[in-house]
Amino acid sequence: MLAYTLKRLLAGAITVWFIATATFIAMHQVPGDPLMNDKAVSAEIRKNLEQKYGLDKSATEQYFIFMGNMLRGDFGISFTQQNRRVNDIIRDHFPVSATLGLLAIFFAATGGVLWGALTAIYRNRMPDIIIMFLVILGISVPSFVFAALGQLLLVNINSMLGQSLIPVAGWGTFAHMLMPSLVLGLGTMAFLTRLMRSSMLEVVNEDYIKTARAKGLSPVRIFFRHQLRNAILPVITVLGPQIAAITTGGFVVELVFAIPGLGRYFVQAVQQLDYTVIMGTTVFYGAFLVFMVILVDIIYGFVDPRVRLE
Amino acid sequence: MTDTTSFQPTHEDFARVKANLSIEQISRPSLSYWQDAWVRLKKNTRATISLYIVIALAAFTLLGPVFWQVDSSLQDLNQISQAPSLPKTAALVGAYKRWDGIILEDFPVEPEAYVESVTPVAELRAFEAATTQQVRLIWNPTVGAGGYNIYRNQRAPEDFNDLGLPLGSTYGGNEVSYEDRLSLESRDYYYSIVPTDGYDEYEVFTVTEITPRMIITVSDARDRNLISAGEEDNLGQEIRLEFHPFGTDYLGRDMLARLMEGARVSLFIGIVAPFIYVIFGIIYGGFAGYFGGRLDVLLMRFADFVVALPFLLFMILFKIAFGIGPGESGIFPMLVALILLLWPATARLVRGQVLQIREQGYIEAAKLLGAKPHYLILRHIIPNTMGVILVTLTFAVPAAIFTEAFLSFIGMGVAPPTPSWGSMCNEGVKTMLSHPHELIFPATFISVTVLAFNLLGDGLTEALDSRMRSRE
Repeated sequence: MLAYTLKRLLAGAITVWFIATATFIAMHQVPGDPLMNDKAVSAEIRKNLEQKYGLDKSATEQYFIFMGNMLRGDFGISFTQQNRRVNDIIRDHFPVSATLGLLAIFFAATGGVLWGALTAIYRNRMPDIIIMFLVILGISVPSFVFAALGQLLLVNINSMLGQSLIPVAGWGTFAHMLMPSLVLGLGTMAFLTRLMRSSMLEVVNEDYIKTARAKGLSPVRIFFRHQLRNAILPVITVLGPQIAAITTGGFVVELVFAIPGLGRYFVQAVQQLDYTVIMGTTVFYGAFLVFMVILVDIIYGFVDPRVRLE
Repeated sequence: MTDTTSFQPTHEDFARVKANLSIEQISRPSLSYWQDAWVRLKKNTRATISLYIVIALAAFTLLGPVFWQVDSSLQDLNQISQAPSLPKTAALVGAYKRWDGIILEDFPVEPEAYVESVTPVAELRAFEAATTQQVRLIWNPTVGAGGYNIYRNQRAPEDFNDLGLPLGSTYGGNEVSYEDRLSLESRDYYYSIVPTDGYDEYEVFTVTEITPRMIITVSDARDRNLISAGEEDNLGQEIRLEFHPFGTDYLGRDMLARLMEGARVSLFIGIVAPFIYVIFGIIYGGFAGYFGGRLDVLLMRFADFVVALPFLLFMILFKIAFGIGPGESGIFPMLVALILLLWPATARLVRGQVLQIREQGYIEAAKLLGAKPHYLILRHIIPNTMGVILVTLTFAVPAAIFTEAFLSFIGMGVAPPTPSWGSMCNEGVKTMLSHPHELIFPATFISVTVLAFNLLGDGLTEALDSRMRSRE
């Protein structure tokens, strides 16, 4: 287990290095540089600025300087936001995105497992048909439409109650987080429900379920100990990649609900060619995703002892 | 002994029996793999309906502009955010003429001080036929009033607090007329008059319902090419206005034409990008899978790296890196970015398939018969992966359409004025509360397209799955 974890971590580190390099190359392909956005400055001032930020050096040199700093955990200073270090930007805004994403994953996973199991039990009966219809809807409607509809719903609820029970936008309290994370998790929830349903249907007919019934175990115990535990494995497998999908959708939800997450800073940074912020956010996000996937794989090993042998 | 009759063979018993060939005839037509899959796909109602929807969408995109020749970028600020409607006509009228209103000279009592209460005004009515150019209201003065406030509502007011939009005020008990020219439409309006003491309102009001008639001035009609140049100005004549079956957007552009053009962008990206990266994935994965060994490890490790790139961040970065020059729509950069980032999934899948197929008996047999690698790959391996690839392709289309919509929604997609469904949603969200049709239509188109491709993919998976075949 330890050797496996170490091997995965090493591969993850190489992946992060690849992400950093790819970002660096792509970023330097964009015409212009971060100083371009400033008001017209004289050639001398520009030269000084370039010297200060190290932009006068060749791209290769800049690359090695950046890599060296990155290894020390320093992403540098933002070009466009005065006196703000990239590390500070990440520290201030990443927790917001992460909270939103994790809450969404939580909604999606619990909802998906629950609904999926339910549809499998009530196969081809009314609950199954209704839930599967909603699932198809959830997969087909883009999250920004759900976000807009969610806001509309909140506006109506609030105006009906005459008070702002759940805020329509913004960030801060738990009430703020509810609607955005639900909206964000909806697509994944629909996907997981489908997955859970099909894997549950396979499990239901397995021999060991018959054995368990023959032993006289209670249906509740069979459901939780035997069916659910075995059927949940595929869901855990896709959870890693789905975390990546959720952070992707997070950009849009953050935009609609005016949430101060990292996504907005990245979009802004790309538009203004803020080299340090682009590098910092991409590398950080990439590293986060890579290690989430590894973490999920390790958890998978605990849930399913068979995997550990590999 | 029992009475047994021994068998007496006759001459006929030794005659040649005619083989009954009709029994052994193959009763069902022999079907190839693809014909069989097609039969099973047609049996699946949901998949068939989805297939029709996809065909209809293609027709909407390709043939639509032939029948609906409206310029999608033509802005008409006279017709901003109009709701979907049937064809409308309007009466032709002359230019607007000033109206000075009515100020009574022999108004009896000008209140010296505050009066406790007044009666509501009587005989509130339109001075002349109400049109969408102007609604002219007159009413009888009420004793004690020092002025009047005029309100307009789109439904019958329930009480004093429900009078609707305050239009204006008159400042004198003898000013008993008001002309409303505020963006009038041809619909029912409820006008209310509330007497005031000059500043504050008395809590009484009078309501009248007025439905303005749709009109258009001659000069407007000429500007908008609604009457031909040679035609005479036939005042009072009903002429047909521009028809916007799906309404107009916030710049007065025709929604139907924009949806069609947006469909072209969305479906182009949604179909071309997966097509190219799936082909690339087949070549890459097939290569890795067939040759195996160290090359396989190397190629797949690289694919793993590309998978690990944060997708949306790189989409945005690539799109900017490829640059959008002035006058370009940004479709091409998005296409390249999608292809560069999404090919590994197909490559992995194809590699897995190839690894499986490579071990099959018929490949061994072909090898023994002296088949060359390229023959094996082209003739045996790739045709056998086609099923899986087709399914991937079907599911890749909605994913690409979603990605385009996401990017356009956050303003990183196609550049305006090129419409795409995503950018139309982005514009529609801003006016969601007042003009929901601007969001509903593009959102519905995205959803229906994605839904159709998803269901089609499900159907294809079932139809092409050989395990399903043996179950029947």
